Amino acid sequence: MSETAYVRTEMVPSLPAPSRSSGFVAWLRKNLFASVGDTLLTLVGAAFLIWAIPPLYSFFIGNAVPPGGTVEQCRVESVGACWAYIAARVNFFIYGFYPISEYWRPNTVFALGALLLIPLLWPRIPFKRLNALLFFVVFPVVVYVLLNGGMFGLRPVPTEQWGGLLVTLIISLVGIICSIPLGILLALGRQSKLPIIKTLCVLFIELWRAVPLITVLFMASIMLPLFMPQGMTVDKLLRALVGVTLFSSAYMAEVIRGGLQAIGRGQYEAGASLGLNYWQRMGFIVLPQALKHVIPGIVNNFISLFKDTSLVSIVGIFDLLNTIQAATADINWAAPTQAVTGYVFAAAVYWVFCFSMSRYSLYMERRLNTGHKR
Amino acid sequence: MSQASEAVIDRDIDRHNMQVSSTDVAIEIINMNKWFGDFHVLRDINLRVMSGERIVIAGPSGSGKSTLIRCINRLEEHQKGQLIVQGTELTSDLKRVDEVRREVGMVFQHFNLFPHLTILQNLTLAPIWVRGVPKAQAEEMAMMYLERVKIPEQAQKFPGQLSGGQQQRVAIARSLCMSPKIMLFDEPTSALDPEMVKEVLEVMISLAESGMTMICVTHEMGFARQVANRVIFMDQGQIIEQNEPEAFFSNPQHERTKLFLSQILH
Ligand SMILES: Nc1ncnc2c1ncn2[C@@H]1O[C@H](COP(=O)(O)OP(=O)(O)O)[C@@H](O)[C@H]1O
Ligand SMILES: [Mg+2]
Repeated sequence: MSETAYVRTEMVPSLPAPSRSSGFVAWLRKNLFASVGDTLLTLVGAAFLIWAIPPLYSFFIGNAVPPGGTVEQCRVESVGACWAYIAARVNFFIYGFYPISEYWRPNTVFALGALLLIPLLWPRIPFKRLNALLFFVVFPVVVYVLLNGGMFGLRPVPTEQWGGLLVTLIISLVGIICSIPLGILLALGRQSKLPIIKTLCVLFIELWRAVPLITVLFMASIMLPLFMPQGMTVDKLLRALVGVTLFSSAYMAEVIRGGLQAIGRGQYEAGASLGLNYWQRMGFIVLPQALKHVIPGIVNNFISLFKDTSLVSIVGIFDLLNTIQAATADINWAAPTQAVTGYVFAAAVYWVFCFSMSRYSLYMERRLNTGHKR
Repeated sequence: MSQASEAVIDRDIDRHNMQVSSTDVAIEIINMNKWFGDFHVLRDINLRVMSGERIVIAGPSGSGKSTLIRCINRLEEHQKGQLIVQGTELTSDLKRVDEVRREVGMVFQHFNLFPHLTILQNLTLAPIWVRGVPKAQAEEMAMMYLERVKIPEQAQKFPGQLSGGQQQRVAIARSLCMSPKIMLFDEPTSALDPEMVKEVLEVMISLAESGMTMICVTHEMGFARQVANRVIFMDQGQIIEQNEPEAFFSNPQHERTKLFLSQILH
């Protein structure tokens, strides 16, 4: 101790870094002007933004007619987006031809769906099993009874009157939810040692994958009735639902098969040697790992399914895009930007849903990847 | 042999429980043959294993050792001859296969733990779903076995967070949780770093002391000397020679056995 002349007792506060290594200027230099090439790209990018932003701004905001505006405002020359039109017809876009007096029924369905889906997707909320039971079993029955009516004193509303976002969500949710288990069964069947099952699954997958969805929908709506006994009809919406579901389950099966192939033989064997039977091995050991590997592919399928639902319009179902398309013929709102505004709105709605799915899947991937990486 | 396995020999072995029952047949293999396509991998295998017996199978790589023990819990299917495990003959009848697998534990070279489950879940999965044991009881039993393999503190971790030796001990505990009558080991230490071999061999020795019927494919000759009742030498799909360990190592009968031993014992 004695040779220590002086020991400082308090810590020196840390000073901010010299301005050349941090701060705004340094950030600029590092990220935008690091080299000649970078500088050039930055300048090109800036020029593009200066060229593109002002007209976009004036179309969507500056010259646009806000909700609550009138048709006359929308008919002015060189007007921007006619948001007033969207606001005026938004009910049609959401509910289609559903009777106005009965809007509370789809509204209840939306609210109930959100109430059940959000806690299901939120990992930290407990009671997942009950939650799943309610969402996957009880909710569809409630939706059908509520929307279709004809029971419990509810006025019947045939599916021809359902429309808009309501129908888009119904078709995509049913497609998403049903195509996963079907896809799993098909993928497992394709790996089966039993030749009959294997052949059937391969045939099914290859058949559906080789046919465009439009063809499937046309066949379902035009050909199917020809084979039906006289007087018997299958609901048009139901046919579309089945077509979309089977179509996407074939794609799902191939994605899941990719995941199954990533699981080593040792996992199957360890399960077998413990006495677990085939379904237990698959359910507890193989599928949880395989599905985790292919979350990006599965969500990719979800996203394209969501957008593909817009194809049901060609068999006369009024989904979101079809209602928007139909509304462009509304002469009460005839204006130069009426149609464009409608399509921009449609794009925005599709984008919100697809982008949310994409973000959620990224979040899930990151969550599932922590802790037990090999 | 590795230093680890020599070190094990220092330990005093409790031979008390290691008596072999002369009446209960655990495994009976009669004239068993197996082909992979055209390749005749197992030829006329005859083997009787008594309850409580500990058998070490040795032989050059590709001689069919793994295939033989994998036939015993039907991870591989034999095509000719008979294979009777705990009184149940293995046929293509899936119910019998499951029956046998419940009674036969297996430890693999590469552990094959379930990476998406915690150690505790790895251990309780089969007891809960195959044996129908209540969860709390299964967890209690799992903890008991984890203590037996000396890693109770790892129960909540995932397999990827454990060392190789720890993973293999978990794999042994996982099999034991099913209360098997027979344990099969397929080169349990050959994927391990040398310093981890010993901890796994010790667990296997204590298992032998408890009277478990064991068949081990291993090149740990120290372990074989110390624990085995019988060493079996295989080459080209055949059992060439079998004997008590002392006699087997000091006085091998066949040329191929001598060659193999000279290679493996330096
Ligand atoms: N699934 C299989 N298909 C074809 N040949 C195999 C298969 N498994 C093992 N073999 C062959 O059978 C022989 C014996 O293999 P194995 O029992 O693993 O030998 P060991 O365990 O003694 O090294 C080897 O020649 C190996 O290539
Ligand atoms: Mg082997």
